[in-house]
Amino acid sequence: MAHFKKPAEGSWTEHYPELGTGPISYEDSISPEHYELERKAIFRRTWLNVGRVEQIPRVGSYFTRELDAAGTSVIIVRGPDKEVRAYQNMCRHRGNKLVWNEYPQEETSGTCRQFTCKYHGWRYSLDGDLTFVQQESEFFDLDKADYGLVVVRVDVWEGFIFVNLDTEDATPLREYMGGLGAGIEGYPFEKFTQVHKFRAEVGSNWKLFIDAFAEFYHAPILHAKQAVAEESQEIAKYGFEALAYEIDGPHGMVSSWGGMAPPKDLNAVKPIERVLRSGLFGPWDRPIDVDLPPGVNPARSPVWGIDSFVFFPNFMLLLWAPNWYLTYHYWPTSYNTHIFEGTLYFVPPKNARERLGQELAAVTFKEFALQDGNTLEATQTMLETRAVTEFPLNDQEILLRHLHKTARDYVSAYQQGQSSITPVRVSAAS
Amino acid sequence: MSDEQGSSILPAQFEDLEPFSTWSLATEAERYGKRIASSMEEVQAFYDAAFPRTEEAISYIDQFDFAALPEDATRLLWLYYSLMTASFPVEVWRQTRVPDSGASSFDCVVEPAL
Repeated sequence: MAHFKKPAEGSWTEHYPELGTGPISYEDSISPEHYELERKAIFRRTWLNVGRVEQIPRVGSYFTRELDAAGTSVIIVRGPDKEVRAYQNMCRHRGNKLVWNEYPQEETSGTCRQFTCKYHGWRYSLDGDLTFVQQESEFFDLDKADYGLVVVRVDVWEGFIFVNLDTEDATPLREYMGGLGAGIEGYPFEKFTQVHKFRAEVGSNWKLFIDAFAEFYHAPILHAKQAVAEESQEIAKYGFEALAYEIDGPHGMVSSWGGMAPPKDLNAVKPIERVLRSGLFGPWDRPIDVDLPPGVNPARSPVWGIDSFVFFPNFMLLLWAPNWYLTYHYWPTSYNTHIFEGTLYFVPPKNARERLGQELAAVTFKEFALQDGNTLEATQTMLETRAVTEFPLNDQEILLRHLHKTARDYVSAYQQGQSSITPVRVSAAS
Repeated sequence: MSDEQGSSILPAQFEDLEPFSTWSLATEAERYGKRIASSMEEVQAFYDAAFPRTEEAISYIDQFDFAALPEDATRLLWLYYSLMTASFPVEVWRQTRVPDSGASSFDCVVEPAL
Protein backbone atom coordinates (compact mmCIF):
# COMPACT_ATOMS: atom_id res chain seq x y z
CA MET A 1 0.00 0.00 0.00
CA ALA A 2 1.35 3.37 -0.97
CA HIS A 3 1.73 5.82 1.88
CA PHE A 4 2.51 8.76 -0.35
CA LYS A 5 0.80 9.73 -3.58
CA LYS A 6 2.48 8.72 -6.83
CA PRO A 7 2.02 10.28 -10.31
CA ALA A 8 -1.07 9.43 -12.38
CA GLU A 9 0.89 6.86 -14.39
CA GLY A 10 0.98 4.72 -11.27
CA SER A 11 4.70 5.01 -10.56
CA TRP A 12 7.48 7.59 -10.49
CA THR A 13 9.43 5.60 -13.06
CA GLU A 14 6.59 5.43 -15.60
CA HIS A 15 6.12 9.18 -15.20
CA TYR A 16 9.40 9.39 -17.14
CA PRO A 17 8.77 6.99 -20.02
CA GLU A 18 12.30 7.13 -21.47
CA LEU A 19 13.56 5.36 -18.37
CA GLY A 20 11.71 2.12 -19.03
CA THR A 21 10.95 -0.35 -16.27
CA GLY A 22 12.99 -3.39 -17.32
CA PRO A 23 16.04 -4.87 -15.62
CA ILE A 24 19.28 -2.94 -16.13
CA SER A 25 22.87 -3.90 -16.80
CA TYR A 26 25.79 -2.58 -14.76
CA GLU A 27 28.26 -3.24 -17.56
CA ASP A 28 28.82 0.52 -17.48
CA SER A 29 30.27 0.08 -13.98
CA ILE A 30 32.54 -2.91 -14.54
CA SER A 31 34.08 -2.22 -17.93
CA PRO A 32 37.50 -0.49 -18.09
CA GLU A 33 36.78 0.43 -21.72
CA HIS A 34 33.50 2.11 -20.81
CA TYR A 35 35.23 4.06 -18.06
CA GLU A 36 37.80 5.41 -20.52
CA LEU A 37 34.91 6.65 -22.64
CA GLU A 38 33.23 8.22 -19.60
CA ARG A 39 36.39 10.17 -18.85
CA LYS A 40 36.22 11.87 -22.23
CA ALA A 41 32.46 11.98 -22.68
CA ILE A 42 31.53 13.04 -19.15
CA PHE A 43 34.39 14.24 -16.97
CA ARG A 44 36.01 16.37 -19.65
CA ARG A 45 32.70 17.76 -20.88
CA THR A 46 30.46 18.62 -17.94
CA TRP A 47 30.52 21.13 -15.11
CA LEU A 48 32.34 19.65 -12.11
CA ASN A 49 31.90 21.12 -8.63
CA VAL A 50 35.37 21.53 -7.14
CA GLY A 51 34.62 23.51 -4.00
CA ARG A 52 32.98 26.55 -2.46
CA VAL A 53 33.79 30.24 -2.48
CA GLU A 54 34.40 30.22 1.30
CA GLN A 55 37.56 28.19 0.63
CA ILE A 56 39.13 31.19 -1.12
CA PRO A 57 38.03 34.18 0.96
CA ARG A 58 40.76 36.64 -0.05
CA VAL A 59 42.63 37.78 -3.14
CA GLY A 60 45.36 35.18 -3.64
CA SER A 61 43.56 32.39 -1.74
CA TYR A 62 43.84 29.23 -3.81
CA PHE A 63 43.39 25.49 -3.77
CA THR A 64 44.25 22.73 -6.21
CA ARG A 65 42.08 19.80 -7.29
CA GLU A 66 43.31 16.55 -8.75
CA LEU A 67 40.78 15.59 -11.41
CA ASP A 68 42.02 12.13 -12.23
CA ALA A 69 38.97 11.22 -14.29
CA ALA A 70 39.44 14.31 -16.43
CA GLY A 71 43.16 13.63 -16.58
CA THR A 72 44.34 16.87 -15.09
CA SER A 73 45.02 19.04 -12.06
CA VAL A 74 43.58 22.53 -11.72
CA ILE A 75 44.31 25.61 -9.62
CA ILE A 76 41.36 27.62 -8.31
CA VAL A 77 42.29 31.10 -7.14
CA ARG A 78 40.65 34.38 -6.23
CA GLY A 79 42.10 36.95 -8.58
CA PRO A 80 43.07 40.58 -7.97
CA ASP A 81 39.57 41.65 -9.03
CA LYS A 82 38.15 39.18 -6.44
CA GLU A 83 36.72 36.99 -9.20
CA VAL A 84 37.28 33.22 -9.10
CA ARG A 85 39.78 31.96 -11.70
CA ALA A 86 40.84 28.47 -12.72
CA TYR A 87 44.00 27.36 -14.51
CA GLN A 88 45.61 24.16 -15.61
CA ASN A 89 48.11 23.41 -12.85
CA MET A 90 51.03 23.36 -15.24
CA CYS A 91 54.07 25.52 -15.86
CA ARG A 92 54.37 26.69 -19.47
CA HIS A 93 58.13 26.14 -19.52
CA ARG A 94 58.58 22.38 -19.40
CA GLY A 95 55.29 21.18 -18.01
CA ASN A 96 56.08 20.84 -14.33
CA LYS A 97 53.09 20.79 -12.01
CA LEU A 98 53.01 24.38 -10.80
CA VAL A 99 51.37 24.25 -7.37
CA TRP A 100 51.98 21.36 -4.98
CA ASN A 101 53.56 20.61 -1.62
CA GLU A 102 55.77 17.68 -0.71
CA TYR A 103 53.71 15.16 -2.69
CA PRO A 104 52.87 16.09 -6.29
CA GLN A 105 49.70 13.96 -6.31
CA GLU A 106 48.19 15.56 -3.21
CA GLU A 107 45.88 18.55 -3.24
CA THR A 108 46.98 21.70 -1.49
CA SER A 109 45.68 25.14 -0.56
CA GLY A 110 46.94 28.46 0.73
CA THR A 111 47.32 32.13 -0.06
CA CYS A 112 49.93 33.70 -2.31
CA ARG A 113 50.74 36.83 -4.30
CA GLN A 114 51.89 34.89 -7.34
CA PHE A 115 52.61 31.32 -8.43
CA THR A 116 56.27 30.31 -8.68
CA CYS A 117 57.34 27.10 -10.37
CA LYS A 118 59.57 24.95 -8.17
CA TYR A 119 61.61 23.84 -11.17
CA HIS A 120 63.12 26.93 -12.81
CA GLY A 121 61.44 29.73 -10.92
CA TRP A 122 59.06 30.97 -13.60
CA ARG A 123 56.45 33.20 -12.01
CA TYR A 124 52.80 33.81 -12.86
CA SER A 125 50.46 36.49 -11.57
CA LEU A 126 47.08 35.60 -10.05
CA ASP A 127 45.69 36.68 -13.43
CA GLY A 128 47.67 33.85 -15.00
CA ASP A 129 50.17 36.08 -16.79
CA LEU A 130 53.77 34.94 -17.04
CA THR A 131 55.62 37.71 -15.18
CA PHE A 132 59.15 36.37 -14.70
CA VAL A 133 61.44 34.05 -16.63
CA GLN A 134 64.73 33.03 -15.08
CA GLN A 135 67.59 34.09 -17.43
CA GLU A 136 65.08 35.34 -19.93
CA SER A 137 67.82 36.50 -22.33
CA GLU A 138 68.89 32.86 -22.85
CA PHE A 139 65.62 32.12 -24.64
CA PHE A 140 64.94 32.69 -28.30
CA ASP A 141 62.30 35.26 -29.18
CA LEU A 142 60.28 34.40 -26.10
CA ASP A 143 57.33 36.72 -25.63
CA LYS A 144 56.00 36.28 -22.10
CA ALA A 145 52.54 37.30 -23.30
CA ASP A 146 52.37 33.99 -25.19
CA TYR A 147 53.04 31.85 -22.13
CA GLY A 148 50.37 32.61 -19.56
CA LEU A 149 48.72 29.82 -17.60
CA VAL A 150 46.12 27.85 -19.53
CA VAL A 151 42.72 29.10 -18.44
CA VAL A 152 40.04 26.60 -17.42
CA ARG A 153 36.39 27.57 -17.64
CA VAL A 154 35.11 28.30 -14.16
CA ASP A 155 31.81 29.62 -12.85
CA VAL A 156 30.03 29.93 -9.54
CA TRP A 157 26.50 28.82 -8.74
CA GLU A 158 25.14 29.68 -5.28
CA GLY A 159 28.68 29.82 -3.94
CA PHE A 160 29.65 26.45 -5.44
CA ILE A 161 32.67 26.67 -7.74
CA PHE A 162 32.52 24.57 -10.91
CA VAL A 163 35.04 23.98 -13.66
CA ASN A 164 34.44 22.64 -17.14
CA LEU A 165 37.33 21.24 -19.16
CA ASP A 166 35.38 21.30 -22.40
CA THR A 167 36.90 23.94 -24.61
CA GLU A 168 34.05 23.85 -27.11
CA ASP A 169 30.70 23.45 -25.39
CA ALA A 170 29.41 26.75 -24.12
CA THR A 171 26.45 25.69 -22.01
CA PRO A 172 26.55 28.22 -19.17
CA LEU A 173 26.66 26.72 -15.68
CA ARG A 174 23.30 28.11 -14.59
CA GLU A 175 21.65 26.65 -17.65
CA TYR A 176 23.38 23.33 -17.01
CA MET A 177 22.00 23.22 -13.44
CA GLY A 178 18.54 23.35 -14.98
CA GLY A 179 15.19 23.54 -13.26
CA LEU A 180 16.32 21.62 -10.19
CA GLY A 181 19.20 24.02 -9.67
CA ALA A 182 17.00 27.05 -10.24
CA GLY A 183 14.49 25.71 -7.72
CA ILE A 184 16.96 25.88 -4.84
CA GLU A 185 18.63 29.17 -5.70
CA GLY A 186 18.37 31.49 -2.72
CA TYR A 187 19.03 28.82 -0.09
CA PRO A 188 21.40 30.57 2.36
CA PHE A 189 24.39 28.31 1.72
CA GLU A 190 26.72 31.15 2.75
CA LYS A 191 25.51 30.94 6.35
CA PHE A 192 26.70 27.36 6.77
CA THR A 193 30.42 27.88 7.17
CA GLN A 194 31.24 25.31 9.87
CA VAL A 195 32.71 22.46 7.83
CA HIS A 196 33.45 18.81 8.58
CA LYS A 197 34.80 16.99 5.54
CA PHE A 198 35.48 13.27 5.23
CA ARG A 199 37.27 11.41 2.47
CA ALA A 200 37.47 7.74 1.57
CA GLU A 201 38.98 5.64 -1.15
CA VAL A 202 36.18 3.32 -2.21
CA GLY A 203 36.66 0.12 -4.17
CA SER A 204 33.74 0.58 -6.51
CA ASN A 205 32.75 2.35 -9.68
CA TRP A 206 31.73 5.95 -8.94
CA LYS A 207 28.15 5.43 -10.12
CA LEU A 208 27.57 2.51 -7.78
CA PHE A 209 28.25 4.69 -4.75
CA ILE A 210 25.94 7.40 -6.07
CA ASP A 211 23.39 4.60 -6.41
CA ALA A 212 23.83 3.81 -2.73
CA PHE A 213 23.05 7.38 -1.70
CA ALA A 214 20.40 8.04 -4.33
CA GLU A 215 17.95 5.56 -2.82
CA PHE A 216 16.79 5.18 0.75
CA TYR A 217 15.31 1.72 0.10
CA HIS A 218 18.44 0.23 1.74
CA ALA A 219 18.35 2.32 4.89
CA PRO A 220 15.92 0.28 7.00
CA ILE A 221 17.97 -2.88 6.36
CA LEU A 222 21.67 -2.02 6.03
CA HIS A 223 21.61 0.44 8.89
CA ALA A 224 19.22 -1.54 11.10
CA LYS A 225 21.80 -1.97 13.84
CA GLN A 226 22.19 1.76 14.24
CA ALA A 227 18.72 2.15 15.69
CA VAL A 228 17.57 0.46 18.87
CA ALA A 229 15.99 -2.96 18.24
CA GLU A 230 12.27 -2.15 18.44
CA GLU A 231 12.70 0.89 16.24
CA SER A 232 14.65 -1.21 13.69
CA GLN A 233 11.80 -3.70 13.35
CA GLU A 234 9.28 -0.91 13.01
CA ILE A 235 11.36 0.81 10.32
CA ALA A 236 11.92 -2.44 8.39
CA LYS A 237 8.20 -3.25 8.39
CA TYR A 238 7.35 0.19 7.07
CA GLY A 239 10.09 0.14 4.44
CA PHE A 240 10.80 3.29 2.49
CA GLU A 241 8.71 5.46 0.25
CA ALA A 242 9.79 8.91 -0.87
CA LEU A 243 7.54 11.94 -0.84
CA ALA A 244 8.52 12.80 -4.39
CA TYR A 245 11.04 12.33 -7.17
CA GLU A 246 11.90 14.80 -9.91
CA ILE A 247 14.09 14.39 -12.94
CA ASP A 248 15.25 17.25 -15.14
CA GLY A 249 17.74 16.59 -17.92
CA PRO A 250 20.79 14.85 -16.47
CA HIS A 251 19.89 15.74 -12.88
CA GLY A 252 17.45 14.21 -10.40
CA MET A 253 16.20 14.60 -6.86
CA VAL A 254 14.39 12.67 -4.15
CA SER A 255 12.36 14.29 -1.40
CA SER A 256 11.90 12.32 1.79
CA TRP A 257 10.06 12.41 5.07
CA GLY A 258 11.80 13.42 8.20
CA GLY A 259 13.23 10.55 10.18
CA MET A 260 14.10 11.59 13.67
CA ALA A 261 14.62 15.28 14.13
CA PRO A 262 13.34 15.27 16.81
CA PRO A 263 12.14 11.68 17.17
CA LYS A 264 8.55 11.10 18.13
CA ASP A 265 9.69 8.50 20.65
CA LEU A 266 12.83 9.52 22.54
CA ASN A 267 13.43 5.90 23.55
CA ALA A 268 13.96 5.08 19.89
CA VAL A 269 17.32 6.83 19.72
CA LYS A 270 20.71 6.35 21.32
CA PRO A 271 21.19 7.75 24.83
CA ILE A 272 23.86 10.20 23.65
CA GLU A 273 21.43 11.53 21.02
CA ARG A 274 18.85 12.25 23.71
CA VAL A 275 21.40 14.26 25.69
CA LEU A 276 22.84 16.16 22.73
CA ARG A 277 19.56 16.42 20.79
CA SER A 278 21.34 15.43 17.59
CA GLY A 279 22.04 12.44 15.39
CA LEU A 280 22.28 11.31 11.78
CA PHE A 281 19.64 13.81 10.74
CA GLY A 282 21.64 16.62 12.31
CA PRO A 283 21.00 18.70 15.41
CA TRP A 284 17.26 18.62 16.14
CA ASP A 285 17.00 22.29 17.03
CA ARG A 286 17.17 24.64 14.09
CA PRO A 287 20.02 27.15 14.53
CA ILE A 288 18.46 29.71 12.20
CA ASP A 289 15.22 30.16 10.32
CA VAL A 290 15.43 29.52 6.59
CA ASP A 291 12.91 30.56 3.97
CA LEU A 292 13.03 27.47 1.80
CA PRO A 293 13.19 28.13 -1.95
CA PRO A 294 10.32 26.72 -4.03
CA GLY A 295 12.31 23.72 -5.27
CA VAL A 296 12.70 22.33 -1.75
CA ASN A 297 10.05 19.93 -0.45
CA PRO A 298 8.23 19.92 -3.80
CA ALA A 299 5.38 17.80 -2.38
CA ARG A 300 4.83 20.48 0.29
CA SER A 301 4.66 17.68 2.84
CA PRO A 302 4.33 18.54 6.52
CA VAL A 303 6.51 15.53 7.37
CA TRP A 304 9.30 16.60 5.01
CA GLY A 305 12.82 15.92 6.29
CA ILE A 306 15.37 15.98 3.49
CA ASP A 307 15.83 16.69 -0.20
CA SER A 308 18.65 14.95 -1.96
CA PHE A 309 19.77 16.33 -5.34
CA VAL A 310 21.93 14.40 -7.78
CA PHE A 311 23.65 16.91 -10.07
CA PHE A 312 25.26 14.99 -12.90
CA PRO A 313 27.82 13.73 -12.99
CA ASN A 314 29.20 13.46 -9.47
CA PHE A 315 27.80 16.10 -7.12
CA MET A 316 25.05 15.45 -4.59
CA LEU A 317 23.51 18.14 -2.42
CA LEU A 318 21.36 17.23 0.58
CA LEU A 319 19.24 19.86 2.32
CA TRP A 320 17.95 18.83 5.75
CA ALA A 321 14.84 20.09 7.53
CA PRO A 322 16.79 21.05 10.71
CA ASN A 323 18.68 23.57 8.57
CA TRP A 324 22.08 22.25 7.61
CA TYR A 325 23.36 20.75 4.41
CA LEU A 326 25.60 17.99 3.18
CA THR A 327 27.46 17.40 -0.08
CA TYR A 328 28.78 14.22 -1.65
CA HIS A 329 31.37 14.05 -4.41
CA TYR A 330 32.55 10.97 -6.25
CA TRP A 331 35.89 11.32 -8.05
CA PRO A 332 36.72 8.30 -10.20
CA THR A 333 40.30 7.03 -10.16
CA SER A 334 39.67 3.91 -12.29
CA TYR A 335 36.70 1.89 -13.50
CA ASN A 336 36.38 0.21 -10.09
CA THR A 337 37.79 2.78 -7.65
CA HIS A 338 36.95 6.32 -6.69
CA ILE A 339 37.49 8.89 -3.99
CA PHE A 340 34.36 9.74 -2.03
CA GLU A 341 34.05 13.04 -0.21
CA GLY A 342 31.27 13.78 2.27
CA THR A 343 31.12 17.31 3.64
CA LEU A 344 28.79 18.57 6.37
CA TYR A 345 28.00 22.28 6.56
CA PHE A 346 26.57 23.78 9.76
CA VAL A 347 25.86 27.24 11.08
CA PRO A 348 28.90 28.07 13.29
CA PRO A 349 28.09 26.93 16.84
CA LYS A 350 27.65 29.56 19.54
CA ASN A 351 28.60 27.29 22.41
CA ALA A 352 29.80 23.83 23.45
CA ARG A 353 26.30 22.35 23.40
CA GLU A 354 25.79 23.23 19.74
CA ARG A 355 29.33 22.19 18.84
CA LEU A 356 28.93 18.78 20.47
CA GLY A 357 25.63 18.27 18.66
CA GLN A 358 27.42 18.93 15.37
CA GLU A 359 30.27 16.60 16.31
CA LEU A 360 27.76 13.85 17.03
CA ALA A 361 26.06 14.40 13.66
CA ALA A 362 29.45 14.31 11.90
CA VAL A 363 30.70 11.12 13.52
CA THR A 364 27.31 9.45 13.05
CA PHE A 365 27.55 10.24 9.36
CA LYS A 366 30.97 8.59 9.36
CA GLU A 367 29.62 5.40 10.95
CA PHE A 368 26.95 5.09 8.24
CA ALA A 369 29.34 5.88 5.41
CA LEU A 370 31.79 3.21 6.60
CA GLN A 371 29.04 0.63 6.28
CA ASP A 372 27.94 1.92 2.89
CA GLY A 373 31.48 2.03 1.46
CA ASN A 374 32.35 -1.51 2.37
CA THR A 375 29.04 -2.85 1.03
CA LEU A 376 29.86 -1.25 -2.31
CA GLU A 377 33.20 -2.98 -2.58
CA ALA A 378 31.33 -6.26 -2.16
CA THR A 379 28.89 -5.24 -4.89
CA GLN A 380 31.65 -4.28 -7.30
CA THR A 381 33.53 -7.56 -6.96
CA MET A 382 30.42 -9.63 -7.53
CA LEU A 383 29.23 -7.56 -10.50
CA GLU A 384 32.63 -8.09 -12.08
CA THR A 385 32.09 -11.86 -12.02
CA ARG A 386 29.28 -11.28 -14.57
CA ALA A 387 27.59 -14.36 -13.10
CA VAL A 388 24.43 -12.27 -13.37
CA THR A 389 24.15 -9.46 -15.89
CA GLU A 390 20.66 -8.00 -15.52
CA PHE A 391 19.16 -6.59 -12.37
CA PRO A 392 15.69 -5.33 -11.44
CA LEU A 393 15.18 -1.86 -10.02
CA ASN A 394 12.08 -0.82 -8.10
CA ASP A 395 10.25 2.47 -8.26
CA GLN A 396 12.15 3.85 -5.25
CA GLU A 397 15.35 3.30 -7.24
CA ILE A 398 14.34 5.56 -10.11
CA LEU A 399 17.35 7.84 -9.68
CA LEU A 400 19.72 4.90 -10.24
CA ARG A 401 17.93 3.99 -13.45
CA HIS A 402 18.22 7.61 -14.51
CA LEU A 403 21.89 8.01 -13.55
CA HIS A 404 23.08 4.96 -15.49
CA LYS A 405 20.96 5.90 -18.49
CA THR A 406 22.34 9.44 -18.44
CA ALA A 407 25.93 8.24 -18.21
CA ARG A 408 25.36 5.78 -21.07
CA ASP A 409 23.69 8.50 -23.15
CA TYR A 410 26.66 10.85 -22.71
CA VAL A 411 28.98 8.09 -23.87
CA SER A 412 26.76 7.27 -26.85
CA ALA A 413 26.56 10.91 -27.86
CA TYR A 414 30.33 11.17 -27.61
CA GLN A 415 30.82 8.02 -29.68
CA GLN A 416 28.50 9.36 -32.35
CA GLY A 417 30.83 12.31 -32.61
CA GLN A 418 28.30 14.90 -31.65
CA SER A 419 30.06 18.06 -30.67
CA SER A 420 27.25 19.26 -28.42
CA ILE A 421 26.54 17.20 -25.34
CA THR A 422 22.82 17.05 -25.44
CA PRO A 423 21.78 13.46 -24.96
CA VAL A 424 18.06 12.77 -25.00
CA ARG A 425 16.59 14.89 -22.25
CA VAL A 426 14.55 12.85 -19.85
CA SER A 427 11.32 14.66 -19.22
CA ALA A 428 8.02 13.89 -17.60
CA ALA A 429 5.19 12.36 -19.59
CA SER A 430 2.71 15.02 -20.60
CA MET B 1 50.29 4.46 28.02
CA SER B 2 48.90 7.32 30.08
CA ASP B 3 51.45 9.28 31.97
CA GLU B 4 50.35 9.22 35.58
CA GLN B 5 52.50 12.11 36.74
CA GLY B 6 49.79 13.66 38.86
CA SER B 7 49.55 16.65 36.55
CA SER B 8 45.90 17.29 35.88
CA ILE B 9 44.79 18.57 32.52
CA LEU B 10 41.03 18.92 33.11
CA PRO B 11 39.20 21.49 35.23
CA ALA B 12 39.32 20.59 38.96
CA GLN B 13 35.59 19.90 39.00
CA PHE B 14 36.24 16.98 36.62
CA GLU B 15 39.14 15.48 38.53
CA ASP B 16 37.47 12.07 38.52
CA LEU B 17 37.78 12.02 34.69
CA GLU B 18 41.57 12.47 34.84
CA PRO B 19 42.18 8.71 34.42
CA PHE B 20 40.54 9.11 31.01
CA SER B 21 42.46 12.23 30.01
CA THR B 22 44.17 10.30 27.19
CA TRP B 23 40.81 10.60 25.42
CA SER B 24 41.26 14.37 25.32
CA LEU B 25 42.42 14.61 21.72
CA ALA B 26 42.32 17.56 19.35
CA THR B 27 41.46 15.84 16.08
CA GLU B 28 38.83 13.41 14.85
CA ALA B 29 41.53 11.15 13.43
CA GLU B 30 43.17 10.82 16.86
CA ARG B 31 39.85 10.25 18.60
CA TYR B 32 38.67 7.57 16.20
CA GLY B 33 42.17 6.02 16.26
CA LYS B 34 42.05 5.86 20.06
CA ARG B 35 38.65 4.19 19.91
CA ILE B 36 39.62 1.41 17.55
CA ALA B 37 42.97 0.89 19.30
CA SER B 38 41.19 0.42 22.62
CA SER B 39 39.59 -2.71 24.00
CA MET B 40 35.83 -2.79 24.42
CA GLU B 41 36.40 -2.75 28.21
CA GLU B 42 38.44 0.45 27.96
CA VAL B 43 35.85 2.18 25.80
CA GLN B 44 33.08 1.06 28.15
CA ALA B 45 34.96 2.38 31.20
CA PHE B 46 35.48 5.76 29.53
CA TYR B 47 31.83 5.93 28.51
CA ASP B 48 30.59 4.92 31.97
CA ALA B 49 32.67 7.65 33.59
CA ALA B 50 32.04 10.47 31.10
CA PHE B 51 28.49 9.94 29.85
CA PRO B 52 26.67 10.67 33.16
CA ARG B 53 28.52 13.97 33.40
CA THR B 54 27.77 15.26 29.90
CA GLU B 55 25.29 17.93 31.00
CA GLU B 56 27.60 19.08 33.76
CA ALA B 57 30.52 19.34 31.34
CA ILE B 58 28.49 21.32 28.83
CA SER B 59 27.32 23.71 31.56
CA TYR B 60 30.88 24.13 32.76
CA ILE B 61 32.28 24.92 29.30
CA ASP B 62 29.40 27.15 28.38
CA GLN B 63 30.04 29.50 31.30
CA PHE B 64 32.90 30.79 29.13
CA ASP B 65 32.88 32.63 25.83
CA PHE B 66 33.09 29.80 23.28
CA ALA B 67 35.51 31.83 21.16
CA ALA B 68 37.96 32.18 24.07
CA LEU B 69 37.86 28.99 26.12
CA PRO B 70 40.49 28.42 28.85
CA GLU B 71 42.86 25.56 28.06
CA ASP B 72 41.42 23.14 30.58
CA ALA B 73 37.89 23.75 29.29
CA THR B 74 39.14 23.12 25.76
CA ARG B 75 40.64 19.82 26.87
CA LEU B 76 37.38 18.86 28.55
CA LEU B 77 35.56 19.66 25.30
CA TRP B 78 38.01 17.45 23.34
CA LEU B 79 37.35 14.64 25.80
CA TYR B 80 33.63 14.97 25.12
CA TYR B 81 34.22 14.93 21.37
CA SER B 82 35.78 11.52 22.05
CA LEU B 83 32.65 10.48 23.89
CA MET B 84 30.66 11.08 20.67
CA THR B 85 32.69 8.51 18.75
CA ALA B 86 32.97 6.18 21.78
CA SER B 87 29.17 6.12 22.10
CA PHE B 88 28.84 3.89 19.05
CA PRO B 89 30.72 0.84 20.38
CA VAL B 90 28.93 1.11 23.72
CA GLU B 91 25.39 2.08 22.74
CA VAL B 92 25.08 0.25 19.44
CA TRP B 93 27.82 -1.97 18.02
CA ARG B 94 29.18 -3.89 21.05
CA GLN B 95 32.53 -3.74 19.30
CA THR B 96 34.95 -0.91 18.67
CA ARG B 97 34.89 -1.07 14.87
CA VAL B 98 31.86 -0.39 12.72
CA PRO B 99 30.38 -3.82 11.81
CA ASP B 100 30.86 -4.87 8.19
CA SER B 101 33.21 -1.97 7.57
CA GLY B 102 36.16 -4.27 6.94
CA ALA B 103 39.31 -2.45 5.91
CA SER B 104 37.52 0.64 4.68
CA SER B 105 38.40 3.97 6.24
CA PHE B 106 36.75 7.36 6.11
CA ASP B 107 39.15 10.08 7.09
CA CYS B 108 38.28 13.50 8.40
CA VAL B 109 40.25 15.92 6.22
CA VAL B 110 38.66 19.22 7.25
CA GLU B 111 37.29 19.94 10.72
CA PRO B 112 36.73 23.03 12.83
CA ALA B 113 39.78 24.47 14.61
CA LEU B 114 37.92 23.81 17.85
